[in-house]
Amino acid sequence: MLTIHCPNCGVTAEETEFHAHGEAHLKRFGPGSSEDEFEGYLFMRKNPKGVHFERWRHQYGCGKWFHVARCTMTLEVFGSYSAQTVEPPQEIIDAIQDRRPDFAAGPAR
Amino acid sequence: MSDPVSALKNISDDTGLVTISEIGPIGMITLRGDLSDKALVKAAVAAGGVNLPEQGHCNTQGTQGIAWMSPDELLIICAYADVQDRLADLREKLAGSHALVVNVSDARAVFDIKGDHAREVIAKLAPVDMHPDQFSGTMFRRTRFAQVPAAYWMPDGTSARIVCFRSVAQYMFDLLKTAAMPGSEVRHYA
Repeated sequence: MLTIHCPNCGVTAEETEFHAHGEAHLKRFGPGSSEDEFEGYLFMRKNPKGVHFERWRHQYGCGKWFHVARCTMTLEVFGSYSAQTVEPPQEIIDAIQDRRPDFAAGPAR
Repeated sequence: MSDPVSALKNISDDTGLVTISEIGPIGMITLRGDLSDKALVKAAVAAGGVNLPEQGHCNTQGTQGIAWMSPDELLIICAYADVQDRLADLREKLAGSHALVVNVSDARAVFDIKGDHAREVIAKLAPVDMHPDQFSGTMFRRTRFAQVPAAYWMPDGTSARIVCFRSVAQYMFDLLKTAAMPGSEVRHYA
């Protein structure tokens, strides 16, 4: 059971009040992109064992979207942050590196 | 004009740990827009009759009030008979703003639960810490009650007012009744 904080309304609740919507920080490839880029955007997702950035929605609460950094193996939640970002903010990276010293913040795809 | 009827015709039950009563109909107006816009706040305060609540709170006074629903949404509560006037007033004041004003009175059902075990009954159904240190005063929470979305606040320490969609009113009543079944006290907050 994950305990998640919504940065939009300030509520902290367990995961059933929220809904996960997959990988965060995807770069959209639409009309004019190559077939490979479009396929990658539509179907290719990371499936890491470890740190993962995800989009979540406060389904039963304020209804707003936000991002969550968590570990898929230990289910540890490192923090949540605004969905209006193209990459994780520094404080989230710091929180992750505090717990996972070998984690390297890669460029957002 | 036909008379408004609440979802369960004001059914009530006092056989359990708390008294459950479906109340209403109650006037409710959804107001969406930029909550930092002074014109919008002024119009909302005029319609709700109370000050703008902080994030996650509601201000109520008698039959009227304002609840903070999300970063861009307020719920204005008033007497059912006043809805049309307040709606017209809001629309007039917000004609120049990017805002949405909708009468949702008939789309909702409202329940009151009263009794010493009110916190317990809610805690059984919603993923919320109902300890008096954590949930108190004018706090307002949108969450789920078992499988349906709901919002509630506690006018005082032993009662709560729950708002849900009208279509799930019977489910909500049955749910509350089950959670308040006699002999099912947990006494976690006692």
